[in-house]
Amino acid sequence: MATQQTQVLGRALLTPAVALLFIWMIVPLAMTIYFSTLHYSLLDSEAWSFVGLENFRYFLTDPAFLTALRNTLVLVGSVLAITILLGTPLALLLDQQVVGRSIIRLMVIAPFFVMPTVSALVWKNLLMHPVSGLFAWVATLVGTTPIDWFNDVPLFSVILIVAWQWLPFATLILLTALQSQDEEQKEAAEMDGASALSTFIYLTLPHLARPITVVILIETIFLLTVFAEIFVTTGGGPGLATTNIAFLIYTQALVQYDVGNASAGGLVAVVIANIVAFFLVRIVGRNLEA
Amino acid sequence: MGQITLQGVRKSFGPVNIIKDANLDIENGSFVVFVGPSGCGKTTLLRLIAGLEDVTGGQILIDGRNVVGVPPAKRGLSMVFQSYALYPHMSVRGNIAFGLKMAGLPRSDIDRKVEAAAATLNLTPYLDRKPRELSGGQRQRVAIGRAIVREPKAFLFDEPLSNLDAALRVQMRMEVAKLQKQLATTAIYVTHDQVEAMTMADKIVVLNAGNIEQYGSPLELYERPANLFVAGFIGSPKMNFVPGEVAGEPSVATLGVRPEHLKIGKEGEGWPGTVSVAEHLGSDTFLYVDAGKLGLLTARCIGEFNFKAGDRIWLSPDPARLHRFDKDGVVIRT
Repeated sequence: MATQQTQVLGRALLTPAVALLFIWMIVPLAMTIYFSTLHYSLLDSEAWSFVGLENFRYFLTDPAFLTALRNTLVLVGSVLAITILLGTPLALLLDQQVVGRSIIRLMVIAPFFVMPTVSALVWKNLLMHPVSGLFAWVATLVGTTPIDWFNDVPLFSVILIVAWQWLPFATLILLTALQSQDEEQKEAAEMDGASALSTFIYLTLPHLARPITVVILIETIFLLTVFAEIFVTTGGGPGLATTNIAFLIYTQALVQYDVGNASAGGLVAVVIANIVAFFLVRIVGRNLEA
Repeated sequence: MGQITLQGVRKSFGPVNIIKDANLDIENGSFVVFVGPSGCGKTTLLRLIAGLEDVTGGQILIDGRNVVGVPPAKRGLSMVFQSYALYPHMSVRGNIAFGLKMAGLPRSDIDRKVEAAAATLNLTPYLDRKPRELSGGQRQRVAIGRAIVREPKAFLFDEPLSNLDAALRVQMRMEVAKLQKQLATTAIYVTHDQVEAMTMADKIVVLNAGNIEQYGSPLELYERPANLFVAGFIGSPKMNFVPGEVAGEPSVATLGVRPEHLKIGKEGEGWPGTVSVAEHLGSDTFLYVDAGKLGLLTARCIGEFNFKAGDRIWLSPDPARLHRFDKDGVVIRT
C-alpha cells in the first residue's frame, strides 16, 4: 500500500465486502432497536403501537431479569474457573512424553467436536438421569441415594456440561503455549536449583498468562450466550434456576410471543456483554500487550 | 575449588555413541575450551558435566567427588546457554537473583550479591529492565551475571558468543577471558570457532566424532598436533597435506606444512606450481597454487606480493616446521 494508486485500488476492492458486512450487522441491529420501541405481540400482530422505552422498563424491572443476570454471571465465571484450573494441569500432563500421546490428545479434544445439543442430551439421559444414568448407577453401587441432578443442583449440572465442552478448548490452547516454552530456560532454571514447582510458578505460569487471557476472552464471548444446553436439559427451570439472559430473551420472544420486549432484552444483553468485555479487558487485557 | 576429572565417560543415545571413552583432567582455575566440528559431541560432553544429561558409563569427579547421579543444581556449576535462556518475565535483577532465591538466601544477601555482580559486568543501570529491552551484548552479560553470582566451582559456557555480531564477539571474548582470570574460577567453554579457542583457552580439547583427539595448550596444538585431524582443524588457512612419496619422503604417509611456513623461493628451489587464485589482503597475500602431483597448496605470505593467476612460482617449505604423519594419521616425532 505504498503509492496513492494502490491505496485507492485497495479501498475500492475492499468496499463491497465491508459494505456487505456492515449491512449484515446494521440491518438486524436497526430492526431490533425499532422493534424494542413497539408494543408488538405475535398473538395479535395487527395491533402494534409505539410505546417508547416502556419495553426496557418492563424487561429491567422484571424480577426474572436479575435472576437471569446472576445465573449468567455464575455460569460464565464457574465455567471459566473450571476450564482453566483443570485445563492447565491437563495441558501439563499432555505435554509429557507418554505412550500413545496422539491418541490421548485426540480423546481429550473430542468433546469440543460434539455439538452442544447432542452433548447435553448425552449428559441428561445417559449420565445424569436419576434412574437410568451412569452416575445414579455408581451411586447405588456405593450405596448412596442417586442425585436428581436437574432438580437438586440444576445450575451446577448445566455448568458441568458446559465446562466439559469447553475444557478441551482451554487445554488445547494452553498445550500449544506449553510447547512453545523455551527448553533452555527450563534447563537454566534446573541449573539454578529450581524445583519442578518453582519452575512452574516462576517460569511456566508467567509464560501462560497470555494464552490464559485468550482463553478467558474467547470463552466469555461464547458463554454469555449459552442456550442449547439449557433448552435441552432443564428448559430454564426448575422455576428460573437455570434461566440466563439468552434463555430469558428466548422465553419472551417465542414462549410469550412478545417481540417488543424480547428486542429490548436483546439490546440489554448487548450492553451487558459490553460491560463484561470492558471489565475483562481492564483486568486481563494488559497481558496481551507485547 | 573446581577440579573436574572425567574417567571413561561414555554417552549413547540409543545405538548412537556420541561420546566414546572421554578421559580428561581439568585443573582448578584453568580455562578449557572444547572445540570441534559440529556434531563432534562437544556440547553433549558439556551437558554431561552440567548434569543435564545422564552418562551411559564412566565417572565425572568434581573436586574428587563422583557426581554421576547428582542433580545439576547440587554440582555447584553454573552455565551460560547459547540462547542466553534469560527468564523473559523477570527483570535483570530477578534473573540474576533467581538462583540465590531458589537456594533460600536471605534477601539482604541476595541484594548485595546481585549488586556486586551487576557492578562487575556494568549492568547496574539496567537492573530493572526486562531482557527484551536489552541489546544482544547486554543480554549476554546478564546470562554471565546469573552464572557468576552463585560463586560456582566452575562455569560452563555453551557457544555463548555465537549469536553476537563479529565486532561484539571480539569484545565479549576478551571480557569473558578477563573476567575468568579475575575470578580465578575454572571455566569450560564450548565453541566451534577455533579463533575463540586459540585466544581464550589455557588448554584446548579437540573433539572429533566423540573422541578426544588432543588435549593441550593452544600453541602446543599449533606446533605439535598429535594427528592429521588436529593438524587440519587448528590453524587458518588449513594446513597443506601432501603425500610423502611425491614429496620425496617415502617413509612417511603424509607430510603437512602450514601455509605460513611455505616460502616463495627462487626458480628451481622447492616445489613448482601455478598460481590459480591470489587473494590480496594487504597485510597478507594468500596464494592458492596448483602444484601438479602435490595437489592444491595454500601459501600465506606476509606483505603484498604482486602475483596473479597463471604465474609460475616455486614454494619451499620450512624444513624445521614440517609435520610427518604415518599411515594411521598419527604424527611421527623424531
